[in-house]
Amino acid sequence: MTRAIQVQGLRYRYADGTQALNGIDFHLDAGESVALFGANGSGKTTFVLHLNGLLRGEGSIEICGLPLADDTLQDLRSKVGVVFQDSDEQLFMPTVLEDVAFGPLNLGLSPEDATTRARTVLKRVGMAHAFDRAPYHLSAGEKKRVAIAGVLAMDPEILVLDEPTTFLDPPARRDLVTLLRGLPQAKVLVTHDADLARALATRAVFFDQGRIAGEGEVIEIVQRFHWEYS
Amino acid sequence: MHHLVIDRWSRGSSPLHARDPRAKLAVLLVFLVAVSTTPPRAQIAFVAYAALLIVGVRLARLPLGGLAGRAALVLPFSATFALITLWSGDALRALALAEKSFLSGMAALLLVSSTPLTAWTAALESWRAPRMLILVIQFVYRYLFVIAEQAQRMRWAALCRRGNQKGYFDFSAAAGLLGVLFARSWQRADGIYHAMLSRGFHGRFVPSPPAPFRTTDAIFCSSCFAGCLAIRLLL
Repeated sequence: MTRAIQVQGLRYRYADGTQALNGIDFHLDAGESVALFGANGSGKTTFVLHLNGLLRGEGSIEICGLPLADDTLQDLRSKVGVVFQDSDEQLFMPTVLEDVAFGPLNLGLSPEDATTRARTVLKRVGMAHAFDRAPYHLSAGEKKRVAIAGVLAMDPEILVLDEPTTFLDPPARRDLVTLLRGLPQAKVLVTHDADLARALATRAVFFDQGRIAGEGEVIEIVQRFHWEYS
Repeated sequence: MHHLVIDRWSRGSSPLHARDPRAKLAVLLVFLVAVSTTPPRAQIAFVAYAALLIVGVRLARLPLGGLAGRAALVLPFSATFALITLWSGDALRALALAEKSFLSGMAALLLVSSTPLTAWTAALESWRAPRMLILVIQFVYRYLFVIAEQAQRMRWAALCRRGNQKGYFDFSAAAGLLGVLFARSWQRADGIYHAMLSRGFHGRFVPSPPAPFRTTDAIFCSSCFAGCLAIRLLL
């Protein structure tokens, strides 16, 4: 099986001295979906921000066999698409179509090709009706779909989703799960939502104080770390 | 949100919206030079400049009151200097100062309300304006919205906990709010920047290739130049 992500001995300390990651070893196979569980502040988000070089710590990271380094950064950012927790941070262009075309334009596509790709992806996520709308006017579920479209437009091999169901009502959650199930990319899901993990992930990893405290099947990890409301 | 109005206006459709951003930018520059060099005694010229702007607003099919109200936001800043001038005994110069700042603000607002940000910054880029300057404009534009949204949310939260107090202004609370506003806006702006980087942003917004400069754009430019020069030199 081809390794989509291979991380070894990853450590990261924030400028205020907080040791956020303390020797993370992690792997993800192509096409696999893994859920990252853990309490707030356990290092999950810090970890995923390393996967496309937004944060740089000690240790080694390989994405699709390519080591993360200054000269590979732009390539790796097109391979790892990050969908942020707060869609408002991700949608910064004046219209939905322009926002989704932002990534392809940065990849060097011509404006015509970037727009065509953006239209195709927006249709795929069910947002064809919103090309010219301002992202701020969309509902939370629609914003999430557009944010995912913006990432898919870069044709990534890995999708990183940070708390994808935050702010979503149950129907929007259901639609999101259906959408994500249909995407062929390998996925890293940062979530507190055990139901979402069960629906999408085949494996779970539990973070605790910047370390991986356990990994295994989703049900096993949920039970072992009591990761449910009741 | 309030700021969306100008963004929405800038994406309208009108004879002024259809003009090349480079033409509009050139006209704005000439207008600003003409206004700023007009002597205070030529009060009729300021009326003519205002008339020129009204024609522009009508061409752009924008609400005159809405634009004028927003342009008036510059007045508190120029009022300080106008008041100093007034106290020094030169009332005409003080009036001209306020008029010039208002007309300049209105003209700049007319440009950004009839031209999407990406289009007029692309025009600046085609004029070889420093890339850093363009980048700063683009970020300031976006982050102003970030701060405005954050301020609005905090204001709502404060109003919800205000109870029956009316007209009471607590300086320490206001200072605290400002500090938190800065910290939160910083955090949010940082998040936006991260999102941009993760989608391949490498220090430059990719502009659309400029459309050819058409005859109608040249006619628009020459008419506006002629209008500005006529007012400046004849009135």
